[in-house]
Amino acid sequence: MSNPTEFLALVRGPLFDVAIAIFLFGVILRLTEILALGRKHDYSESRGGEGRGGWTTIWRRMLPDQEKIKRAPGVTVLGYLFHIGFFVCLLLFVPHIELIYNLIGIKWPGLPTPFIDVAAIVAMVSLAALFVNRLIHPVLRFLSTFEDYFLLVVVFLTVFTGYAAFHRLMEPASSALAWHILSVELMLVIFPFTKLMHTFTLFIARWYNGAMAARRGVQS
Amino acid sequence: MDKTLTLGESLRQSGVSRRGFLKFCTATASLMGLAPMMAPRIAAALEQARRPSVIWLSFQECTGCTESMTRSHAPTLEGLILNHISLDYHHTLQAASGDAAEHAREQAMQENHGNYVLVVDGSLPDENGAGYSTIAGISNLDMLRETAEGAAAIISVGTCAAYGGLPYAQPNPTGAIPVSEALPGRSIVNVPGCPPIPTVITGVLAHFLTFGGMPELDDLNRPMTFYGQSIHDRCYRRPFYDRGQFAETFDDEGARKGWCLYRLGCKGPMTYNACATIKWNQGTSWPVESGHGCLGCSEPEFWDVGGFYKALSAPTGDVSRAAAFGALAGAAVALGAGVAGKRKQAEAQEQHERVTVDDLGEK
Repeated sequence: MSNPTEFLALVRGPLFDVAIAIFLFGVILRLTEILALGRKHDYSESRGGEGRGGWTTIWRRMLPDQEKIKRAPGVTVLGYLFHIGFFVCLLLFVPHIELIYNLIGIKWPGLPTPFIDVAAIVAMVSLAALFVNRLIHPVLRFLSTFEDYFLLVVVFLTVFTGYAAFHRLMEPASSALAWHILSVELMLVIFPFTKLMHTFTLFIARWYNGAMAARRGVQS
Repeated sequence: MDKTLTLGESLRQSGVSRRGFLKFCTATASLMGLAPMMAPRIAAALEQARRPSVIWLSFQECTGCTESMTRSHAPTLEGLILNHISLDYHHTLQAASGDAAEHAREQAMQENHGNYVLVVDGSLPDENGAGYSTIAGISNLDMLRETAEGAAAIISVGTCAAYGGLPYAQPNPTGAIPVSEALPGRSIVNVPGCPPIPTVITGVLAHFLTFGGMPELDDLNRPMTFYGQSIHDRCYRRPFYDRGQFAETFDDEGARKGWCLYRLGCKGPMTYNACATIKWNQGTSWPVESGHGCLGCSEPEFWDVGGFYKALSAPTGDVSRAAAFGALAGAAVALGAGVAGKRKQAEAQEQHERVTVDDLGEK
């Protein structure tokens, strides 16, 4: 790898293929593993619709929980800000849409870059604040493992390198883009084997909680 | 033409007015990113400059770089400057052929040893492929090494000479290498492009004549003056990129309205060149203005970066194969683990000793 163009070609080509293969391998392995566990058959009479309860809980837990806001307003707000900022960057920046279109053949309209810029800054500031909070909050610090800090750094890097590539904070531009793609590939590779997997498992967990509660006739 | 003439004298002989010459010097100063007050200094230096001997070697190339310089539709001052250098050896342009041509090169080398400018276009086969390209029975590599020895400055013109270009593209059948690889340790100015903008070539020569040295270079040895900014940053279509307005095919509404060509594979964001500012054909137009994305021709290996029509953010490999492989492997391992788990569960159930009321009674 003697020049930036070769570096970019490497991360767009073979490394991306490897990252996608590991990502799908891990995600499918873990999801199948969870689903294959199965549940014991419940012979009791159902008191409510399981499906409805499951879907309602998936949706309801997207919304802020009043109790949690009162107890930990900072973390709750920062958590929302990060997720909104991150997903705006990921799904509404046109070059990302073009990437997704190339992968799965669907596309949708994007946002002008100033909006993406604000979203990226919001995501980065929130992540940094959550990182600091994890370091200074005694209980959170006690509960945190290396993985928690590591994931915050990796996710921060993906947003930061993207921001740097867009704003030419690093020359040449092809290297900046290559570092961004490489950091995303790192995230894809570790994704299925870390807590990042919550992106998918949250739906399973929420559905199960909601369905189980509905069956018993209680609100989850 | 008399070699003892200064550049100023020979320009005047060709009917170039003092005003026209100063205008050229001011434009050159601005192109080179120098303050306007440098124009008189450039003028003075160029006036007094003796016509430098230039040896132009063409190796594995398409002559497009020479065409780019010589096919201006109107005689320009840049063209005149080129005419007034003493181009002592150039396959395409020299009248002599055969032995006489080679003698011209040898003579220029001897007479101007240590002072001539060596311009190279085209890549050259490495030592293993020497037979793929020879001139007068001399391999390109030998001719380059021999000619480079007494050169005051070496300029690689075009992407082939600078980075290998088309001959270097996969699978590189001739084992082509760029000039810099053939001459390790020598300082070389790269003026890449397929072809490079003529003004950039003359700008570099003007810099050499004015300051006696080469301009400030970037990491890829390109003059910062001309290759310091990306096409994307200077593109007049950039506002459409920022507004999220893109052409998605070459004949959709976006294309007709002149929107950004990123999604059609424009390599402007990773390409450093002066096309967007200097333009082509006396400032008439340039590729993006004519409706086609930038190919990234002034960057190394631009042939092999995944296709001219693939967006920069898109992967270049066979992702569906990799994805299918990953997904199938994941499913297979998970199913294997699932089957093993069920078997273990069944075994545990089999081995489970059931306790009945009778058993309790016995104890």
